[in-house]
Amino acid sequence: MATQQTQLLARTLLTPAVALLFIWMVVPLALTIYFATLHYNLLDPGSESFVGLENFRYFLTDPAFLASLQNTLVLVGSVLAITIILGVPLALLLDQQVVGLSIVRLMVIAPFFVMPTVSALVWKNLLMHPVSGLFAWIAHLFGLPAIDWFNEAPLFSVILIISWQWLPFATLILLTALQSLDEEQKEAAEMDGASAISTFIYITLPHLARPITVVILIETIFLLTVFAEIFVTTGGGPGLQTTNIAFLIYSQALIQYDVGSASAGGLVAVVLANIVAFFLVRIVGRNLEA
Amino acid sequence: MGQIRLQGVQKSFGPVHIIKGADLEITDGSFVVFVGPSGCGKTTLLRLIAGLEDVTGGAILIDGRNVVDVPPAKRGLSMVFQSYALYPHMSVRGNIAFGLKMAGLPKDEINRKVEAAAATLNLTPYLDRKPRELSGGQRQRVAIGRAIVREPKAFLFDEPLSNLDAALRVQMRLEVTRLQKQLGTTAIYVTHDQVEAMTMADKIVVLNGGKIEQYGSPLELYEKPANLFVAGFIGSPKMNFVTGDLAKQQGATTIGVRPEHLKVERDGQGGWHGTVAVAEHLGSDTFLYVDAGPLGMLTARYVGELDLHPGDKVSLIPDPARIHRFDDGGKSIRA
Repeated sequence: MATQQTQLLARTLLTPAVALLFIWMVVPLALTIYFATLHYNLLDPGSESFVGLENFRYFLTDPAFLASLQNTLVLVGSVLAITIILGVPLALLLDQQVVGLSIVRLMVIAPFFVMPTVSALVWKNLLMHPVSGLFAWIAHLFGLPAIDWFNEAPLFSVILIISWQWLPFATLILLTALQSLDEEQKEAAEMDGASAISTFIYITLPHLARPITVVILIETIFLLTVFAEIFVTTGGGPGLQTTNIAFLIYSQALIQYDVGSASAGGLVAVVLANIVAFFLVRIVGRNLEA
Repeated sequence: MGQIRLQGVQKSFGPVHIIKGADLEITDGSFVVFVGPSGCGKTTLLRLIAGLEDVTGGAILIDGRNVVDVPPAKRGLSMVFQSYALYPHMSVRGNIAFGLKMAGLPKDEINRKVEAAAATLNLTPYLDRKPRELSGGQRQRVAIGRAIVREPKAFLFDEPLSNLDAALRVQMRLEVTRLQKQLGTTAIYVTHDQVEAMTMADKIVVLNGGKIEQYGSPLELYEKPANLFVAGFIGSPKMNFVTGDLAKQQGATTIGVRPEHLKVERDGQGGWHGTVAVAEHLGSDTFLYVDAGPLGMLTARYVGELDLHPGDKVSLIPDPARIHRFDDGGKSIRA
């Protein structure tokens, strides 16, 4: 594949696709940057005017920004922790030889295929509802007062729902990694006198370092932009308790109709995501080498 | 001490009997090789001794103690795996030290033992490397180092040289044998390669279909094979078998002659006549594949160069003292 002719051919054939992707990316970005410098409110059409960086100042000094930034980080961190801490033992369990395992595996992966809006609605109305929900019924069985999840622990409730959705993903990735662990290595550890716990700590867990990295990277990308679950359940409230950056931008644009400020927020989010990605790759990316 | 005795050891996986009752006595310090075709149960037998599989029946005694219910680590054996099974994220030092660490030995004692083992195996310069940075032969040595550092009663080797290239295999074969003699530790070695078995073993166990066909020293197996299977399996090229009238004259169903015990004569008198089909000239030896008509294809080995070519007529004269006779059941008939 190294002759000049094939290289030229490859480039020529790639050009349309790359050009299309490039335009697809650049046009929205350019428009967002353009809108971010305008005073542009949908309730006040025709008043668009250049305001420079005023939208950025407005967005960054908004107390809602810091609150939602914190919510975003808490949400991402918690979901990552829950899915990995529960995903590893789940994967270990599913790696055992049990009758009907293929069905169990299918059931475990199922939540991942449910649409976020649907699963959020199911959790909100069938499980966590303080009057008609399953959790309220269970609490009632034990004579306890029902918990009004979305008022008493709104962010925790959202984290719970999202963790439930992402746990199968983590489990599945970790399970495939477990299945690729050389059986002879486990036997060698057994011959070396390692107990089950030592084998897990010294053999299995290091083997899982790489797939855990993959889970962290992929989940972070998606969790930074969680929206549907918040929109369906709490609408960002009560107050700002479940508003993350994505939801804040939404509310700027489509609740306050402030396109300029929302565009500025969008750009801030892009920068934040890149900062997170930078540190993430530095911290965990080393695991992916070699 | 490392005396291992098997008494009627059986192993089944569901309805499939892999080991059909094995009795064996391995004396302390000896090098015993399990050899047989693939699927003969040699690896299973080794794993039973190691404790990586549970026996279905019978007893395994190590130094007189029945260990069938003892977990692998407590049996005092160590194993070298076919894939080496090195821990990829640990350095060579970590790999060799792992068993000692699990045994809870103090740090300085571990270091001392690891360094001694590494010195024995010429691994000292590589102690801080990861397994993936080592060559095949070095990895092999790390696997052996992991085995010797625990000072076991016996080493178990599961086809440890099969992943190496031919030249390295010969070299490691020597190293393993030398190391075993130097340490004086009992060793059980599984291989499908009868050359490895012949060259390394004090005693060979020939397995076939889950049964021990014969147990003896390499030369015993070569000179007095107990049956057709052992006769055919030990020795390279394979022993020639002849059936029919020629065998009946000798009072046997089948007679066997090794290629090296056939004297080759050009258009000679007597013996078995045939035409050379293929001649392999190695310089040191000449292997002849001779089409001997009703007797079938016969192989003959001539030490040195013999100027014969396909199509040449030859006669093969078997050494009468070296003819092996077998009965209906394939058992050897001894005069």
